[in-house]
Amino acid sequence: MTGRLRAFGAFWYDFIVGDDWRGAAAVALALAATALLVRAAGVNAWWLTPACVIAALGWSLRRATTGRP
Amino acid sequence: MNALPLAATVFVACAVEAVEALTIVLAAGLTREWRSTFQGMGAALAVLAAVVAVAGPVLTLIPLAPLRLIVGGLLAVFGLQWLRKAILRASGHRDLHDEEGIYARQVAAARAAAGGRRGWVNDWYAFTLSFKGVLLEGLEVVFIAITFGASQQDVGLAALSALAAVVVVAAVGVAVHAPLSRVPENSMKFAVGVMLTSFGVFWGAEGAGASWPGDDAALLVIVPLVLLVALGYTALLRRAGALAPAGAKEAAR
Repeated sequence: MTGRLRAFGAFWYDFIVGDDWRGAAAVALALAATALLVRAAGVNAWWLTPACVIAALGWSLRRATTGRP
Repeated sequence: MNALPLAATVFVACAVEAVEALTIVLAAGLTREWRSTFQGMGAALAVLAAVVAVAGPVLTLIPLAPLRLIVGGLLAVFGLQWLRKAILRASGHRDLHDEEGIYARQVAAARAAAGGRRGWVNDWYAFTLSFKGVLLEGLEVVFIAITFGASQQDVGLAALSALAAVVVVAAVGVAVHAPLSRVPENSMKFAVGVMLTSFGVFWGAEGAGASWPGDDAALLVIVPLVLLVALGYTALLRRAGALAPAGAKEAAR
């Protein structure tokens, strides 16, 4: 039973997140920071998510092609 | 927002996945047995229809802001995954998706595998090969169609676009009777990755409470921006490709 649950979780992880979890983490952090800036500081941080996503893509590609962090 | 980007993105994404599913179905049907292959395909389509029937209405019950935050985040993550692979392939750091090669491997495996009847299925291998192929590729289609449709509050249009793509690919597959190796899959995946990432960013930030300058018109800037950045990364990696050590290149999956 535990094995099946693990396999089920692994399938969905691979389906959504794929090869590099850092991209998913960057998107989650960017959206959380945007919500925080909008709600807590009153800053309309529409620019934050695209900037983080573009940076995350570059970082992920760099890691994939050079093996460097 | 104009419904055209929604319909076009879902259509292209679904066409790519349908081409991949067609390769597996053809390998199973032409080398094993068509009846069991169609049974497997039918069973997978029934599961996918059940997923749509359950998830579609559930998503429409969620208020728009949290829905767009969740769906936007998922689409951005999913889009980044597609875009990353497409850029690595376009820049030569990963092998291009080769439908003919995949078809040849599937055919060889199907010929070598033992047969066997189970219940009302004559050839269990053909059934499971077809079932798994259609279900796995179909799940991506369902995911994109439902998330796009729910965020745009037009699940019907998204479902129609997905269905149209599947029908077109199936019709071409029946006519050609071979894997559709001439379809520019990587270019299509590149375009879909750009669209998924752009819409994900747009809806995600909106769901998080931000207001885009120009509202929906902001997409007219976000989509070209993501496209330009992706093309820029591709060009940079192409140039760096000659300098990179062979071991650093990603193995084809």
